[in-house]
Amino acid sequence: MKQKRFLANYSQLLIPLIAILLLVIFNLFRDPGFFSVGLSTNNNGDPVLQGNLISILNGASELVILSMGMTLVTAASGGQDISVGALAAIAGSVFVKVLKGGDITILTVLGAFLACCAVAMAFGAFNGSLVSFFKIQPMIATLILFTCGRSIAYWINGGATPTVASPILNALGSFIPGIPVPTPILIVILMGILFSLLFRFTTLGLYIQTVGINQSAARLNGINSVGIKLLSFILLGACCSVAGMIGVSRLGLINHETLLINIEMDAILAVAIGGNSLGGGKFKMLGSVLGAYAIQALTITLYAMKVPSTDVKAYKAVVIVLLVVMGSPVVKEWASRIWKKLTSKQEISVRKEAA
Amino acid sequence: MANPKNNAPVRRREPITDTQLLMTITICIFVCMYVLALLIWGGGFKKPQMIFDILNDNAFLIIVSCGLTIVMITGSIDISVGGVTALVAMVGVMILNGNLSLYNGLITALGLSESWRIVFALITALLIGLAFGTVQGFLIAHLQIQPFIITLAGMFFARGMITIVSVDPQKATQNLMDILQKRIEIPWLGSVNKRGVLIPAKMEIGVVVALVIVVLVFFLLRKTKLGRSFYAVGGNQQSALMLGVNVRRSRFMAHLISGLLSGIAGFVFMMHTGAGNATNATAAEMNAIASSIIGGTLLTGGVGNVVGTFFGVLTLNTIKSIVTTSGLRDPWWQSITTGAMLCFFILLQSVVLMRKNRKNGKK
Repeated sequence: MKQKRFLANYSQLLIPLIAILLLVIFNLFRDPGFFSVGLSTNNNGDPVLQGNLISILNGASELVILSMGMTLVTAASGGQDISVGALAAIAGSVFVKVLKGGDITILTVLGAFLACCAVAMAFGAFNGSLVSFFKIQPMIATLILFTCGRSIAYWINGGATPTVASPILNALGSFIPGIPVPTPILIVILMGILFSLLFRFTTLGLYIQTVGINQSAARLNGINSVGIKLLSFILLGACCSVAGMIGVSRLGLINHETLLINIEMDAILAVAIGGNSLGGGKFKMLGSVLGAYAIQALTITLYAMKVPSTDVKAYKAVVIVLLVVMGSPVVKEWASRIWKKLTSKQEISVRKEAA
Repeated sequence: MANPKNNAPVRRREPITDTQLLMTITICIFVCMYVLALLIWGGGFKKPQMIFDILNDNAFLIIVSCGLTIVMITGSIDISVGGVTALVAMVGVMILNGNLSLYNGLITALGLSESWRIVFALITALLIGLAFGTVQGFLIAHLQIQPFIITLAGMFFARGMITIVSVDPQKATQNLMDILQKRIEIPWLGSVNKRGVLIPAKMEIGVVVALVIVVLVFFLLRKTKLGRSFYAVGGNQQSALMLGVNVRRSRFMAHLISGLLSGIAGFVFMMHTGAGNATNATAAEMNAIASSIIGGTLLTGGVGNVVGTFFGVLTLNTIKSIVTTSGLRDPWWQSITTGAMLCFFILLQSVVLMRKNRKNGKK
């Protein structure tokens, strides 16, 4: 039993890895130069990395950050937050609102980030308290913010879509002068390091899993399950603010309607493709991250095949269904049964030969 | 609220159930809200046409929500309904205006008149709905994949298919739409306008369809073996299995019915708008979920009532018309108030259920 669990623990990374591998092989056959990375100079004369691989890594940044937070929420509460896109839009609006107040320097950008982080964490706490104190299913509790979040974002800036332009924001959204790697990738790496430090040096990860597996058992063991759930939502709020900030600085403007639209679905998908149960409990954040990159790789591949951006969804859906069907427990069982039959036949034949 | 609670055990054999309690609260609040709106703003709310307008605009949402209620009662979820509705509407409009060559060929080959296009559109609508329902139901019930993911993929697929079928917005031919958009006049519910002429209230055919479906689903859930098995499966899958309920079949059927109903909803949507557009019925799935919740259906399953859902749709859209009449014309107020209202209902339900459970626990 223990061995099986151990295997299951690591085999969950198999689905996203297989997905990425299939995409890589497919792309290499389609166009051998697909993954070539080149060094060129941008308008400012700084060296920058370019290529499909970079655009996959870069474009997935917001999704990866959100799926990190979504993994925690899913694991702790056994439900999903469908308001992340709306929350990122609110955070982005606050970010722009603060920056609009005066000159843009590093200090004001930092202050704006802190402000939007605080607001997003407050909204996260609102979602979290509905889920933990009032025991409402997460999808329903976050439906509230999903319905009105983008309108709140609109309201914050008084019904306009203001633009902010500054070299500092450019550095945040695309490249820091002198560093050829896009900044969003660096931010993702930073977030990854922060989360892995958090799990390494605190018991948070263990507690979240315990609460997700059995809430009352966790409570009887002295874990504050209400607090843990609340904390997971607040952490997701912080992730939303980072994603919103990246989204805003990429474009230099806030559009409440289109900023990170439909990303909540992709983030939940990333968690599921990463092999995490949507019913809560054990989780592997690495799985979600790989899942997010797989989704983005699929999107970029489809774009490279000149599929119109509006049609991408349909093809994506087919691939997703194939992936989850492959990963479903029933299909796995069938496969293992067939595999066993095949191997046992071989064994018999081997034994017969030996006899 | 206190009265039915105390009287219920006398009249009925069992105490009032969660479903009935939540539904009663919703209906009470809906009535209170409407009466308040009548007292404060009068005018538009006095006309019966106001209610019929809400019904006309949301007939498709009522149908979609009925399907979603069934799915939610079995403890599952279906997010593809909005996408399927929009896809069916798009394909239906294109059949009507002759932009799908397949159907043109079929009609000329069979020598049928133009109005047969409506029949073809209806059949196609049902087939698309059934196809989505069957595939999703099979994957969810028999392969045991998480319903959220499958129906999310269904939504992506349906929305993607719309633009694959046609990127440009489509419009149905007028003479066919005239047949579909016939309105039923109800003279005894009219209102007298400023010149003293009585304008009868008008209702679209889609509303009749929606009401019939509400009644049908109500009886399905109340009186049939299948309907009762939905509750059993949603309440506790394991015990349902041990009691001999075919869990797989029930879950499959729930998704099948939901798919079929979203097909019908798509046709009703087309009858109402007569236009196919990639952004049709956006967020319909979330509105339908919200309506079901307001009507007292729990996402955890086992609790729900389709009459409550019907009033949920009415409540949700009455709020919207109250916001527009009250003069908050900035575009964001409508959804902010909807969100606040939703928050109120969700909190109310949670508190009511928590108190009820605590009382039962003490006994």
